[in-house]
Amino acid sequence: MDFTLSEEQQMLQESVTKFVQNSYGFEQRKKWSQSELGFHRDNWKLFAELGWLSLPFSEEYGGFGGTPVDTMIFMEALGKGLVLEPWISTVLLCGKLIESIGTESQKQAYLAGIIQGELLMALAYLEQRSGNNPFAVQTTAELRGDDYIINGGKVMVLNGASADKWLVTARVSGSERASTGIRVFVVDAAAQGVSMQGFTTVEGGKAAELTFKDVKVAAQDCLGNADAGFELEAIIDHAMIALCAAAVGAMEVLYQTTVEYTKTRKQFGVPIGKFQALQHRMVDMFIAYEQSKSCLYMAALHAVENGLSSQSQSHIKAQKSASALKVKVGQAGRYIGQESVQLHGGMGMTDELDVGYYFKFLTIADALFGNVDFHLDRYSRAD
Amino acid sequence: MDLTIPAEYVHFREEVKAFLAESLTTDIKRAGRLTTSVFADPALAMEWQRILHRRGWAAPHWPKEYGGAGWDVVQRSIFAEECLKAEAPPLIPMSLQMCGPCIIGYGTEAQKAHYLPRILSGEDFWCQGYSEPGAGSDLAALQLNAESDGDYYVLNGTKIWTTYAQYANKMFCLVRTSREGKPQQGISFLLLDMDSPGITVEPIIGLDLVHEQNTVFFDNVRVPKANRIGEENNGWTVAKYLLEFERGGLEYAPGLHFQLAKIKEMAAQEYTAAGIPLAEDLIFKRKFSAIEIEVCALEFTENRIKAALGSGQNPGPAASMTKILGTELSQKVTELAIDTVGLNGLPLQPAALEVSPAVDFVGPEYALTVMPRYLNTRATTIYGGSNEVQRGIIAKAVLGL
Repeated sequence: MDFTLSEEQQMLQESVTKFVQNSYGFEQRKKWSQSELGFHRDNWKLFAELGWLSLPFSEEYGGFGGTPVDTMIFMEALGKGLVLEPWISTVLLCGKLIESIGTESQKQAYLAGIIQGELLMALAYLEQRSGNNPFAVQTTAELRGDDYIINGGKVMVLNGASADKWLVTARVSGSERASTGIRVFVVDAAAQGVSMQGFTTVEGGKAAELTFKDVKVAAQDCLGNADAGFELEAIIDHAMIALCAAAVGAMEVLYQTTVEYTKTRKQFGVPIGKFQALQHRMVDMFIAYEQSKSCLYMAALHAVENGLSSQSQSHIKAQKSASALKVKVGQAGRYIGQESVQLHGGMGMTDELDVGYYFKFLTIADALFGNVDFHLDRYSRAD
Repeated sequence: MDLTIPAEYVHFREEVKAFLAESLTTDIKRAGRLTTSVFADPALAMEWQRILHRRGWAAPHWPKEYGGAGWDVVQRSIFAEECLKAEAPPLIPMSLQMCGPCIIGYGTEAQKAHYLPRILSGEDFWCQGYSEPGAGSDLAALQLNAESDGDYYVLNGTKIWTTYAQYANKMFCLVRTSREGKPQQGISFLLLDMDSPGITVEPIIGLDLVHEQNTVFFDNVRVPKANRIGEENNGWTVAKYLLEFERGGLEYAPGLHFQLAKIKEMAAQEYTAAGIPLAEDLIFKRKFSAIEIEVCALEFTENRIKAALGSGQNPGPAASMTKILGTELSQKVTELAIDTVGLNGLPLQPAALEVSPAVDFVGPEYALTVMPRYLNTRATTIYGGSNEVQRGIIAKAVLGL
């Protein structure tokens, strides 16, 4: 058992850390988050130049061949700066899904664009009543001649408004929660019959709601032309590990920021960090962070060893570990977030400090891809 | 970064398994199964120690030159895990894990040659004299007075929470030889015979009605100065060496996983109001899962610490973190166990826990240890430096507060 990073992994970690330190100041981030795009194009270009957009793809398609462990290292470092760029949406959720189930010509058509930073994509899989279940799909795709006609609506499409193309799940057969009959379609953002409402999420990210009314999609834009539910689930688990890695990075910054603040803030004539009542709470924040980091290692390593895809025999173990991670990060993130606001006192409640943004990021990280209750349930039913 | 286990460890695990399968007698296993605290039945634990000693495995963490197994941190953890699975009783820790290392670190050659073989063979049974009525978490406040009188110290005072003093023929203890300077500076580390004139042992009965603890009174007890380990007034350093020696040695997650598996078995035999096995009840399963996830996290926290030790880094205050997590999770697990067995945990029947019980008991056998363990495990967050003290250590050493 070995937890050391390879030379390449160390270099990756260092370069991301340097980027966050040099380019991602709190005020800068705020400005980018308030722009229409929600992030900065130049950063995305830089990501492409540094090879970060190719990280998880196989070498065959111009990728770096990274595993979930590499995803983890990359995202943990990005999470420290609450980075807004749509890496999870474009690269992981869409790019990896294309690589996983797309036809050869689909992979050729999209992966190079993603890697070069020219193509932004977003995954539209959640619906108003799907309860975070990727198999709960009411949106329909009906084959008429050479085209599919898509009708329905999608919610919480992360980075949906900035995407050039969406991957949209729709049902070609089966009841609303059936595990089969789900396909994924590549839909152009300019397609006729789509209406979109973009919005900002509480921590400063971007998302959109999409409505499809008789949207015509060529049959060749059906990804892999086959059932996609289980592969989609595996990709979402991988994205979950990425999100949790970012959350663990955010937790580290947040608990440390809080500890440093209590060393300088004086009340009753002493730094408040001298009070044992506060010290023990900060120790528990530190322990919650360490336990989350351990779960992160566990989930990433089990994903590498067992595979997240249901095609591998032992994927249940990896899936359970991913759920365990999401539970732990949800609980620890809420705990560290709330305690950090409390220990910062009134200042913690303001928009002037980054503390509030870390707190809000940890709050949304719990809600995305299924919260603590969702994953405690999935974990409990897994065997 | 990967989870592969080198082949030599896989082979080592097989060797340990085979040895345990052929060496553990029915009675010794029963003692392991019925242990409700850190301390197993002393007679059978010592019998098990003698069997291990014949194989050279009684002291996994001691260097080979002193009769230890000389294993690395991974081998030790494999051995501990397999012992757990085979239901071997834990060895009594005072001699092998506490006193021995102090002698190895600070004893003279003569002291090592005399005491270490007797510890390994079980000829001596040691108890630990650290805590006093006025010195618990604040151990350095200890007052047991050691007055110099020629080649002897004359001891007056009281030690408390002395586990198994009623069985011990020897005690290692911290005594006050000076009242100058900081409290830590006037302490010496002494070895003494429990049958020395002036020693009185009085039992303390636990809330689980078990007699593990004692108070030991010293009334002009004469101890040769030759029995001192280390320099006079340097006992605090000797006592602290123990922590360094043991570093990272203690793992909680394997035992917690083992207990959770037992709870799952019990839950399959208990029923809900709706008439289904508790193990199939979703509320129970979620409660169980929430604790299991914490244990998995601790398992990887301990793996991370072990890996750091393997590459030569010092875990430092990480031991405080695992003590906090391990003991608090032990309490959650034993709490889940009493919730699982419900009313079956209520009968008070300590006689049924004896290794050769002469009594009939009520309720299922699996429930016998559940309540005693729950009660006894409350002590884990108090002893060994209370968890409040451990949080203080992390606040200072890690957070710099």
